[in-house]
Amino acid sequence: MQVNENFEPVIVAFCCNWCSYAGADLSGTNRLNYPANVKIIRVPCSCRVNPMFILRAFQRGADGVIICGCHPGDCHYTSGNYFTRRRITLLYSMLDFLGIERNRTRLEWVSAAEGAKFAAVMNQFVEDVKKLGPNRRLEDLRCRKQ
Amino acid sequence: MQRIGVFVCHCGTNIAATVDVKAVAEALSHEPGVVVSQDYQYMCSESGQELVKNAIKEHGLTGVVICSCSPRMHENTFRKAAASAGLNPYLVEIANIREQCSWIHKNIASATDKAVILGKAAVAKVHLNAPLTAGESPVVKRALVIGGGIAGIQTALDIAEAGFDVDIVEKEPTIGGKMAQIDKTFPTLDCAACILTPKMVEASQNERITIHSFSEVSDVKGFVGNFTVTIKKKARYVDETKCTGCGLCTEKCPMKKVPNEFNMGLDNRTAVYIPFAQAVPKVATIDPNYCMMLKNGKCGVCSKVCSVGAIDYKQTDRFIEQKYGAIVVATGFNPIKLDKYDEFAYSCCPDVVTSLELERLMNAAGPNGGTLLRPSDKTHPHTIVFVQCVGSRCDDEKGKPYCSKICCMYTAKHAMLIREKYPDTEVYVFYIDVRTPGKNFDEFYRRAVEQYNVHYIKGMVGKVTPKADGKIDVQASDLLSNEQLHINADMVVLAAAIEPDKTARPLATMLTTQMDTNDFFTEAHPKLRPVESATAGIFLSGACQGPKDIPETVAQASAAAAKAIGLLCKNSITCNPCVAHSDELMCNGCSACEKVCPYGAITYQDKEFRMPDRSTAIRRVASVNPAVCQGCGACTVACPSGAMDLNGFSNSQIMAEVDAICK
Amino acid sequence: MNKNEKDWIDITSGVNVRKCMRCGKCSATCPSYDEMEYHPHQFVYMVEKGDIEPLLNSVSLYKCLTCFACVERCPRGVEPAKVIEAVRLTAVRKQGNNHLLPDQIPDMLDDDLPQQAIVTAFRKYTK
Repeated sequence: MQVNENFEPVIVAFCCNWCSYAGADLSGTNRLNYPANVKIIRVPCSCRVNPMFILRAFQRGADGVIICGCHPGDCHYTSGNYFTRRRITLLYSMLDFLGIERNRTRLEWVSAAEGAKFAAVMNQFVEDVKKLGPNRRLEDLRCRKQ
Repeated sequence: MQRIGVFVCHCGTNIAATVDVKAVAEALSHEPGVVVSQDYQYMCSESGQELVKNAIKEHGLTGVVICSCSPRMHENTFRKAAASAGLNPYLVEIANIREQCSWIHKNIASATDKAVILGKAAVAKVHLNAPLTAGESPVVKRALVIGGGIAGIQTALDIAEAGFDVDIVEKEPTIGGKMAQIDKTFPTLDCAACILTPKMVEASQNERITIHSFSEVSDVKGFVGNFTVTIKKKARYVDETKCTGCGLCTEKCPMKKVPNEFNMGLDNRTAVYIPFAQAVPKVATIDPNYCMMLKNGKCGVCSKVCSVGAIDYKQTDRFIEQKYGAIVVATGFNPIKLDKYDEFAYSCCPDVVTSLELERLMNAAGPNGGTLLRPSDKTHPHTIVFVQCVGSRCDDEKGKPYCSKICCMYTAKHAMLIREKYPDTEVYVFYIDVRTPGKNFDEFYRRAVEQYNVHYIKGMVGKVTPKADGKIDVQASDLLSNEQLHINADMVVLAAAIEPDKTARPLATMLTTQMDTNDFFTEAHPKLRPVESATAGIFLSGACQGPKDIPETVAQASAAAAKAIGLLCKNSITCNPCVAHSDELMCNGCSACEKVCPYGAITYQDKEFRMPDRSTAIRRVASVNPAVCQGCGACTVACPSGAMDLNGFSNSQIMAEVDAICK
Repeated sequence: MNKNEKDWIDITSGVNVRKCMRCGKCSATCPSYDEMEYHPHQFVYMVEKGDIEPLLNSVSLYKCLTCFACVERCPRGVEPAKVIEAVRLTAVRKQGNNHLLPDQIPDMLDDDLPQQAIVTAFRKYTK
C-alpha cells in the first residue's frame, strides 16, 4: 500500500482514571513527546470501555483506537482489567472476521508511573496506524464531516 | 436549551506557550449551547474562580467546561467553585489541555487544533451531564470482629477503647486462638500466656466488648455502615450465664478419653471440658460427640454435681441478629495436615511431631507438664532434628506455594529453648534458606547458632524412617559439604506450612470479599491499603490476610481497628454519586451485571410493572446499591440490554466524546 | 554447542530447571547418592548453568536408578530424574550410530546395580 506522508490519523485513546490517565499526565509532566493525533478520553476503569465505543469510533472515522488500563492484578477495582482483556480479545476476533486490520485496535497496560511507556506506546501506535493508512472499511461516510 | 460556559486557562505560559488560547476560546464559542467563552491567565486562582462563578450567575449557565490542567489536579477546585455559585458540581467538565496537550506538543498549530478538539469533546459531554447528588447512608456504631485470636482481641480492644461497642465471634469455646497454645514467643522468649491472658481478661471485662464464644457467623447482609449479621450460637449444653467455671463437672465426667484438641491431641480431656485454665469465658462446654448423656441418654453426672444447675442437655443452636457498621475479619490460620508427606513418617511415628505439637510438649500446662519427653515412650530425647519448609514453598498440590514466614523464627526459638533447658541434647536444623527479616530476628537466629551451638545444615530431609529400637533414621543432604547424611534421631520436628482457616472461604462468600488462590483474604491495595478489603466496611486483621508473626499481627490488628474506628466515627457516609444505575424498564433480569460486580453491589428484586395493556406483571430487575457501588462500570458493559449505565460516564456521554474527537 | 545442548536437554526432559529452589531434597532422598560423582541436585544446577560437559563424561549418568524418588519428593516439581535421563540421552546420541558396540557391554556391566537400562525403560514408559 502506498504510504501517504501527509496522512494524519485520528486516534482515540481510552485511559483508565487510576493508572493510564495518570501515566499520560506523567508523560506530560516529564515533557515527553507523542503525536497530537492521540486524543484521550477518561474512563473510570478500562472495563468501562464498551466494545461499542470502539466500533463507534471506527464508524465515525477514527483510524485507530487504543485502550489503556492498569497492569493485570493492579486494577483499582480489583478485577476490571481482566474483564477488559477478555472483551478486547473477543473484539479482536470479531474485527478479524470483519477484515479490519488487527493493528488498528490495541490494548496496553500503563501504570501511573509509566509516563515514558505511555509516550512510547503512543508513538509506536501512531506509526503503526500511519502505515495502515486511513480506516476506510468501517468508516460510515454519512458521518463524515464535509 | 443548555447554556454552557467555556473557560480556557493560560496557566501562565504553560499552556499559552504552545496553545493559542484565544483561538481555542474563539473556536469553542461557536459550539452549540456555548453562551460564553473566555480565557484567563490562571483559572485556578481566586480571581479565576471568581470569573467562573460570576459567569455562572450572570449567564445562568447549565454547564461549565474548563480547558486547563489535568482533572486529577483541579477538578475538585472547579466543582467547589461551581457549587458555591449554585451550580451542581457534577455539571463541570475539564478538558486536559496542559498535561495531555501543551506539554506534549511543540507545534503551536497542531497543539491548538488538538486543544480545540479536546474542548469540543468536553462541551459535547457536558451537554449530557446530569446534576448528581452524593447520597448519604447512616453508620451503625457497632463493630463485629470475626475471630477471637490475638488479632481479633487486639482489634476489639482498640475499637472499644475508642468508645464503640464491639462483638467478637469465636468458633471455639474460648478466645485466645493459636497464641494461647504457644509456649514462648520470639525474639524475647517471654511466655505467650503471660502476655496474652491479661488481654483476654481485659477483653472479657471491657463493658463495650461482647464475646460470642462457640459461635459462628451464619449470614451477612447489607453494606458498609449497615451490615445485618446473623450469629449462630452453637449449643454448648451449659448455660453460660450460670456456669461459674468451677470445673467440678470436668473432674467428675466419666468420659475421659477424648483427644484434647488444645494439646494437639497429645493427651485426653473429658467430654465436658474447659479448654484450658485461663479460658475466656471460663465456661464448660459439653462435646456432643462424646457425651454419653447426649449420645444415649445414660449418665447425667455433670448435671448432678453442678451446684448452680448450669447443665442443660436440651440446649439447641440459637441464632441472634445484630446490626454493625464495620466488620473486621480475623479468622487466622492453621498448620496444614501432613498426612500426604509419607517421607516424613508423620502419620506412623508418634515421635515425629509438628512445631505446634512441640509447643504443647514444652509448655508447662501441656501434656508433660513442661518436660520435653518423647510422645512414644516418655523418655528424654537426645537428638532432635528440625525440618524446615514442610509444605511451604511447594509447587505441587501437597503443599503451599508461599513462604509461611514464621517457621524460621520459631524453629530457632525451639532449638534455642531445647539447648538451654537440656544442654545434653543435639539439635539439627535442616534449612533451605533462613529467612529472618525483622527487628532483632537475625540476631536471634545467629544466637541460636553461635551461643547455643545448634547445628544448622543447608539441605533438606529426604526420608524419615522409624527403626525397631525406637530411634528414627533421618536421611538428609548436606549441600555445603556435598554429602548425604544419616542422623540417628530421637525426635523429628516438622515446621508445617500454615494455611488460612477453613471457615474463611465460606465467610468471604458471605462478605463478598475477595480471596487469593490460597484462601488468604485480598487487601484493597497491596501497598497502600493493606488492612482494608476491596469491599467497603470490611477490614482484615492478622493471618487471614497472609502469614504473619505476633508483632505483625498485632500491628495489623490495631491498623484495622483504626480504619474501623474511622468509619464508625462518622454519622453517615457520603457516597460517590458516579455509580451505576439500572433502567428497570430495560432490565431483563439476566444477572450478567451481578456476576461481574466485584463489590456485590447489585441485587435482584421482583418488582411490579404496568404493562402496555394496563395489566401488571412481576419482573425480576437489577438494582444497584449506591453505597456499595464504587463506579468501575464493569456492569455497564456486561449488560446485554443496555439497562445499566454509569453516572458521570454514561454511554451517551462517552459516545458524544468519541464523536467529537472523530469529527 | 553448549547452549544448544542445554536447550536440547530442556526440550527432551520437558523440565524447567529454573524452578529449582536448591533445597537438596532430591539428593537427600537419592538411594544411589554415594555411587554418584554428581548428585541429583547438581545435575539440575549444572544444567541450569549450562555446565553440561562434565555431566556427559561422568559415570553418575549410569548410576541413576531412575527410581523417581527425587521426582516424587521434589517440592517444586522439577523432576531431576528426567533431567538425568535427558543428559544420558544426549551422551548416547553424541556417539552417533555406533554408540554401543557389543564388545563394550561387558565392561559397562555393574554387578552391584540392577539392570539400569531395563529398569529405566520400565519406569519411563509406565510413568
